[in-house]
Amino acid sequence: MTTKILIAGFGGQGVLFAGKAIAKMGMDKDMQVSWLPSYGPEMRGGTANCSVIISDDEEIGSPIVNIPDILFSFNIQSFEKFESTVAPGGILFADSTLISKKSDRTDIKAFYIPATELASKNDLQGGANVIMLGKFVAESGLFDKDEFIDHMVSSIPATKAKLIANNRKAFDIGYNYKD
Amino acid sequence: MAKVLMKGNEAIAEAAIRSGCRHYFGYPITPQTEIAEYMAKRMPKIGGVCLQAESEIAAINMVLGASSAGVRVMTSSSSPGISLKSEGISYMVGSDLPALILNVQRGGPGLGGIQPAQSDYYQATKANGHGDLHLIVLAPNSIQEAADYTSLAFELGDKYRVPVMMLADGALGQMMEPVEFKEVAETALPEKPWATTGTECKRKKNIINSLFIKPDELEVSVNERFDRYAEIEKNETRVEEYMTDDADIVIVSYGITSRICKTAITLARKEGLKVGMVRPITLWPYPSEALAKVAKTAKEFLVVELNKGQMTGDVKLAIECSRPVSFYGRTGGMMPTPEEILEELRKIGGRIE
Amino acid sequence: MSKVVFDKPKALSDVPFHYCPGCTHGIVHRLVAEVIDELGIEGNTVGIAPVGCSVFAYNYFECDMIEAPHGRAPAVATGVKRARPDTVVFTYQGDGDLAAIGTAETVHSATRGENITIIFINNAIYGMTGGQMAPTTLLGQVTTTSPYGRDAKIQGNPVHVCEMLSTLDGTAYAERVAVDSPKNVIAAKKAIKKAFQNQIDKKGFSIVEVLSTCPTNWGLAPTEALTWLRENMMPFYPLGVYKDKTKEEN
Repeated sequence: MTTKILIAGFGGQGVLFAGKAIAKMGMDKDMQVSWLPSYGPEMRGGTANCSVIISDDEEIGSPIVNIPDILFSFNIQSFEKFESTVAPGGILFADSTLISKKSDRTDIKAFYIPATELASKNDLQGGANVIMLGKFVAESGLFDKDEFIDHMVSSIPATKAKLIANNRKAFDIGYNYKD
Repeated sequence: MAKVLMKGNEAIAEAAIRSGCRHYFGYPITPQTEIAEYMAKRMPKIGGVCLQAESEIAAINMVLGASSAGVRVMTSSSSPGISLKSEGISYMVGSDLPALILNVQRGGPGLGGIQPAQSDYYQATKANGHGDLHLIVLAPNSIQEAADYTSLAFELGDKYRVPVMMLADGALGQMMEPVEFKEVAETALPEKPWATTGTECKRKKNIINSLFIKPDELEVSVNERFDRYAEIEKNETRVEEYMTDDADIVIVSYGITSRICKTAITLARKEGLKVGMVRPITLWPYPSEALAKVAKTAKEFLVVELNKGQMTGDVKLAIECSRPVSFYGRTGGMMPTPEEILEELRKIGGRIE
Repeated sequence: MSKVVFDKPKALSDVPFHYCPGCTHGIVHRLVAEVIDELGIEGNTVGIAPVGCSVFAYNYFECDMIEAPHGRAPAVATGVKRARPDTVVFTYQGDGDLAAIGTAETVHSATRGENITIIFINNAIYGMTGGQMAPTTLLGQVTTTSPYGRDAKIQGNPVHVCEMLSTLDGTAYAERVAVDSPKNVIAAKKAIKKAFQNQIDKKGFSIVEVLSTCPTNWGLAPTEALTWLRENMMPFYPLGVYKDKTKEEN
């Protein structure tokens, strides 16, 4: 099965990091993976997005995700731009702190997580992306929870214990969040 | 060694280091600047040199100097910067100097854009500088190939004493994929008795030079180089054939575009269209024989590139216009979707039934 | 038994020069070769020839030689020196090569403090292509591309290379000399030797600008050309040391 994921928001929201965490997890599970960021001047303060493709049975063709099976949307601009492109049967994860709209599509599953608010309430500044990853792992069924979180923090040096703890906490908040 | 997830630009830089390249000269330009940044971090730690030159022109001439001194050396740039390097590349060809020159292509002409393109195909394969010349041109289509062909570029360059161009694009430069590196033993680097390293008063002096003021001598020099080109054409042509055995329609595509075509082929086959692909890996030497062979059974060819059809002529020549050759591509930094290519395949399918 | 009183330096190849009668390239070549001999560095010296009259310099020096693209000799030298820091690398360039098409390479190798030696021949004209205006052509000087005399309003002003480079932090040594008289030739050799010694001592970028003649394209007899150099070039391009960091450090 091949899963196409699009993660979109502002530069600085950890969009690229979230994509990398998924791609790296896939790679270490011996899946085919690709990660392609948008690049150029728009990355400096403007919109940022990345295409992530993971597959357990076929070579990855185009690394660009035009029709995502899973969309992460971190701002209203990306919601308006990409919500309609989600494949039927796909999943939308939206940060509802920053996106007041709701999708009126009935052919996709949509989850609204106030990730930015949850992050600041729990003293996890910059942790909205990991909160969203937690929800993604809970709802997508693609990865095992513990495996994902252990793997994600494994790239953080052990000396940064606080950062590791914060990431674990953020992930759990997202994983357990119910609308 | 285990697989690592890396950007194409960084994987190429790392592969170069592992191939014994300790000298990098470049100038920042999107979308390949990560190479200079990677080299700037790594080279000082391994006794290498990474120097940001004042221009692309200076960078390629530093490469010319370092290559003259017998070391493995590379530069990288993107389309507008490669134009600036053309002078130096021509001199390096004329002086029989190996080096890796990487073009992470972006849209053109002029300043163009910064998104992926393949619109430097003509420049790379026909005229990367003045004079009678060729470069070996390698076109990887994945990060693994980008790493592998970086090593190959150094090997071929040293073996035949020619500059080698690797033609990538913004997508390959920026995207991450798993990559596994092969280590090249330090001792495996070839001797270069022709290099200007100082005579130590033990040998006659070496001259690195592209000037032959007497036309008969220049002709001899160029002819000798073309004998080497003939060897390269014989030994180093590389191509991937994909599902061509029963194919009615054969796509010809290289680099990042060939991957999109593979997806399109999967979709087309599901609809009963017999589609295959010939993917040139070396754009020079061009895999004309493979195309000629496939033309015996195929009914029609479709060239797919990120430009306005620059490779179409080469395909027509290779198959001696024995089959219709059409083109589909996007340009300016746009990328076709597999569905766009599928639509094109359907049209051809309708024609040939 | 006869005694040898004058001989060809070892670092000079045993081939006839192609230079015009009265051209001072021959003198400067000899000075460079004598310095290489005296410093005993022939075996680890790499020379870079330019494009211009001295394009064939690779045939005249007995060390390893590279012929560079027009103006790019300092970049090529940078590549060699960075790849082989133990070699002694010099470029030999004319005014068009160094101060017109290669200005960026010159300025940036200087400002980087690249540990190389540049021998810069300033004869205020393009010799190889047959007498066109150079960046160092004097105001009022007639060339085939300034047939009414160089006019600052039209062709711009001449470049003072030593003065310009001496403003850069990376330049260790910049001196202007001339080869119009035996006394000045001796001084020129001293400067060239210092420029090579600086590199051996890892002092950084050294340049010696040599005021030279081009009798053929100036349309003068060799001796007249020497006089013309003294009377016209020297007042505009004064001889002397423009920068010497080695002295400041001592």
